[in-house]
Amino acid sequence: MSAPREPRSGGELRAGTGEILSVEGISVRLSGREVLRQVSFAIRPGELTGLIGSNGSGKTTLFRTILGLQPAGAGRVLIDGRPRSRRNSLIGYVPQKFLLDPDMPLRARDLVGLGLDAHRLGIPLPSRARRARIDEMLQAVDAGAFADSRVGLLSGGEQQRVLIAHALIARPKLLLLDEPLANLDLRAGREVVELLAGIAKERGVAVLISAHEMNPLLPVLDRIVYLAAGRAASGTTAEVVRADVLSELYGSHVDVLNVHGRVLVVAGAAEDSGRSQTASHGHDVVVPGLEIVS
Amino acid sequence: MSAVLASLIARGFFSSEVVGVALLVGTVVAVVSGTVGVFTVLRGQSFAGEALGDVNTTGGSAAFLAGVAPLWGFVAVGVAAAGAMELVGIQRPRGRDLATGIVLGFFLGLAALLFYLVATLHNTTGAAQTVLFGSVFTVSSSTLPLVAALGALALGTVALLYRPLLLSSLSAEMAAARGLHVRALGVAYLLALAVAVALAALTIGSILSTALLVGPAATALRLTRRPATAIAAAGALGIGAMWLGIVLAYDSYDWTSGRTGWPVSFFVVSLIFLGYLLSGLPGLIARRARDA
Repeated sequence: MSAPREPRSGGELRAGTGEILSVEGISVRLSGREVLRQVSFAIRPGELTGLIGSNGSGKTTLFRTILGLQPAGAGRVLIDGRPRSRRNSLIGYVPQKFLLDPDMPLRARDLVGLGLDAHRLGIPLPSRARRARIDEMLQAVDAGAFADSRVGLLSGGEQQRVLIAHALIARPKLLLLDEPLANLDLRAGREVVELLAGIAKERGVAVLISAHEMNPLLPVLDRIVYLAAGRAASGTTAEVVRADVLSELYGSHVDVLNVHGRVLVVAGAAEDSGRSQTASHGHDVVVPGLEIVS
Repeated sequence: MSAVLASLIARGFFSSEVVGVALLVGTVVAVVSGTVGVFTVLRGQSFAGEALGDVNTTGGSAAFLAGVAPLWGFVAVGVAAAGAMELVGIQRPRGRDLATGIVLGFFLGLAALLFYLVATLHNTTGAAQTVLFGSVFTVSSSTLPLVAALGALALGTVALLYRPLLLSSLSAEMAAARGLHVRALGVAYLLALAVAVALAALTIGSILSTALLVGPAATALRLTRRPATAIAAAGALGIGAMWLGIVLAYDSYDWTSGRTGWPVSFFVVSLIFLGYLLSGLPGLIARRARDA
């Protein structure tokens, strides 16, 4: 498709140097509320980046802005050094909560095939090359065993694999996944995380995963973009997940605790001492990374 | 073999021109309804299909007043209603049923006026029966070219937009992320739906047209694993119901003492319903076996 224009060796030469995605000073207002304020970060080929923030922190809005579905009030998004084109063929996207009815007549391989040519007009003609490419992609995400099953009947983890194959088959340079672990149990979640880490390393794809809980991702993350109060801090985990950086981001004091290898971000204690403990109850507990269940 | 056929099919069936036209129109309409109907079910737009069918009541009565073929009224008013639904806000998931219902209400009010005018000006009440419940036996052979053209238009639209439409039906978000024009696809589909429903209204009546649109499609979706197979199966099921319904309606002239025959639409719709019920049996039996 776009192969002749862009020799694959060129992509490999650039790997590790150029930035696939640069978000530069993005601000977005939604119905009067400033959801994102001056958000900037960049990610490079082969890197796995976690976009971490609590529910409502603007993760999905940021994804929509990167995809060109949400206009930004200020700033710009560059994909591979250029403003994004409408066809977005450099970006693969897996949305949050894609749940297909079990009655839907769509096999895993049909959904992956749509990733290849959903923009084309007319009815797809069966071709050996197309089928081989779909099979190869399904194998690559370890979904060969259920290639001919209805997508709606697959488990959450299996559906995630098929969706990743759908997003990846057109050979994008950037893969965006919105809360891919949200509906998965621990084991399925770990398998998906390992699969994504492999994809980033082996294919040189830049992978950006959003999550409200960072711990399952920490072992494989190269970088982290932490969203809070509409602003972002980015860098390596060690650079970002620190009490001073996150306190600055939240605009109030938070502690970062390490408990048995898990990172907990706890807010509330030293903040706004004038307010009573009950009044600031909502503040008290929840910050991403928190694993404490009361 | 011919003896069996003779006992099933009353004399004169194959030599009747009315039956010939009915079989031809029924086939075209079943294929169009099945194809468009699979997407109606996939997109969860059965209510829009039902509403566009009901709106054809207005188109049919308008055509009767104007003295033109009913199909012209069905298509013109159906497309206008589809446009109105789009303008009122059918593209927003939450406002979808609301927009459909509001437009439906207005057009049915218009139908009340038009039927009143038909009854007073033409001094007849037969128009309502024909428009509401239709009869494929009343389709004039002069309408055939228009039926063929509209059928080709609806089928062509779905065939051309097959892949973008399929992805946007599964997930509007994924389609938009790929740069597809989700709203334009929705409009194109709604127009194809209006045309398909107008054709169905011609054969089995405006308020029964959803049965042909959604029934065979829903049955086919139960039985197949692939969208393309579902479309083929829905078309085949629709043709089966159409043809068998026409045979039974033709036979029913001999059942009744007055030799008037029962409405063909009754037979077609009943067969579609029966098919849907039967298609649920395998799943039901499998569940029973598993639970036991």
